[in-house]
Amino acid sequence: MVELILFVVLSTVVIGGALSMILGRNPVYAAMGMLATLFGLAVIYVIQLAHFVAVVQVIVYAGAVMTLFLFVIMFIGVDKAQSLDEGLAWQRPAVLGVVAAILAMVGGLVLSGRWEWITADRVALSGQVIEIPVPPNGTIESIGESLINRWLLPFEATAVLLIIASVGAIVLAFYRPRRLQSVGDDAE
Amino acid sequence: MDGWDFILIVIRVVVIFVMLMITTLLLVWFERKVVADMQDRIGPARAGPWGMLQTLADGMKLFFKEQITPRKVEFGLYIAAPILATIPAFLIFMTVPFGRPFTLNLGGEPREILLQGADLNIGLLFILSMSSIAVYAVVLAGWSSGSKYPLLGGVRATAQAISYEAALGLSVIPVVMYTGSVQLSEIVEFQRANLQFLGNVVPFIPNWNLFLLAPSFVIFFIAAVAETNRAPFDLVEAEQELVGGFHTEYSGLRFALFFLAEYINMFTMSAIAVTLFMGGWSGPTWDGVLPALISGVLPTFWFFAKVVVLLFVYVWLRATLPRLRYDQLMEFGWKRLIPGALAWLMIIAVVLAWRQFGNPWS
Repeated sequence: MVELILFVVLSTVVIGGALSMILGRNPVYAAMGMLATLFGLAVIYVIQLAHFVAVVQVIVYAGAVMTLFLFVIMFIGVDKAQSLDEGLAWQRPAVLGVVAAILAMVGGLVLSGRWEWITADRVALSGQVIEIPVPPNGTIESIGESLINRWLLPFEATAVLLIIASVGAIVLAFYRPRRLQSVGDDAE
Repeated sequence: MDGWDFILIVIRVVVIFVMLMITTLLLVWFERKVVADMQDRIGPARAGPWGMLQTLADGMKLFFKEQITPRKVEFGLYIAAPILATIPAFLIFMTVPFGRPFTLNLGGEPREILLQGADLNIGLLFILSMSSIAVYAVVLAGWSSGSKYPLLGGVRATAQAISYEAALGLSVIPVVMYTGSVQLSEIVEFQRANLQFLGNVVPFIPNWNLFLLAPSFVIFFIAAVAETNRAPFDLVEAEQELVGGFHTEYSGLRFALFFLAEYINMFTMSAIAVTLFMGGWSGPTWDGVLPALISGVLPTFWFFAKVVVLLFVYVWLRATLPRLRYDQLMEFGWKRLIPGALAWLMIIAVVLAWRQFGNPWS
């Protein structure tokens, strides 16, 4: 019962934050809305006993990513009214189409009674019992164990991916086409 | 979980809250006195014995002052910022153990009473997450004030917090690897034994992480000073350039909340440094020799004594070092502290792996 009440309250916070992020005119308030969403999710993780995931969510997203967002928003200046007309004319119908397709898929599954496709109940899916190693809870030990023992390759691959991304960002930031570079040199 | 557990939790939270408030009062007085001594002044001397009640008087003054709200503020965030500054400050200390757990007979059964708000199994990470939340207060205060100086202070704060948070996090990892836990009570427990050096137990010297992980401690403390926006890293509120920085447009109680948060953070960061590197509440208690009450209180005394030493260093830094320039701050953070912390982390990782798995060539 407590869990249900918490879930309703938190999902209100999460969805409300997400909506205010999308609908907010002011970028700073939009960022605050997203922050509320991230916090609500973190608390939901805590309820699910995934403490580590919850804390990492707060450290990485709320602590680092959103702070950077705010930093950028402040630097580009929020006093200027952002133009609200979309540059991509096909974007809105495309999004509507995708949303409709997802809703149709979920609705079809619900109507046909295939709940196990949504809940990912593996026993019901394959017809036989599969041993899924369930960690006791989201402690650091269990997560570390499965990361290093079972998922080492994806883990390392993700690290490589992140490094490539950050190196790419630096290269893009410093890259100047030769033509522009010489113009800049002349100006000096 | 019955009635007594609930009551105990409430009592713990209230005790910690009151303790932090009193500590702040004394800390402000302590800082003013020490700085005054270092500058050959007298400092506060009128209110109470040795001027100890000066902060209380200042607090009362701020409490009754008019709260001016400038016309160009974004009101919602302007009000939220001081609150956002105070909440993480109180929450961080909730995870720090400040005394030895003891048992009391309550409701017919013995119960262990922790001198700690909550013994989280992710304590250290919780601290990092809360300190990364604290920066929002400064950023939002700077932005929502609708004025130039606070905005500059806010932007500086963001950059500084992001840079030094990385160093802070990296400096803590060796402690976690060495003690094998992120739970603060376990880290304290680990440091209660005698020091083991090169396989020998050294008598009389406690197993503080400070001795074997001294570089981590130095990096942690520097990053902590920067995280709390204290001199010489207080560019966020550089009086000469930015008036008051992010809290220029705040007055009365709202300003007092920022002030309170800054001093609580200073105290909490020292407390965390003590917990991680200086054995927390561990120390000689002479159980059996002294009365039980005294040996039960002694750990709390040791804890506060160690914290006061670090707080003195904080004040000492403020009284002696000039403020860094912005580019120096960034260069020091990114080009000295973080690479240093990474290199030290690698060394510790290799040493620990060596100790656990033996020689790589065997």
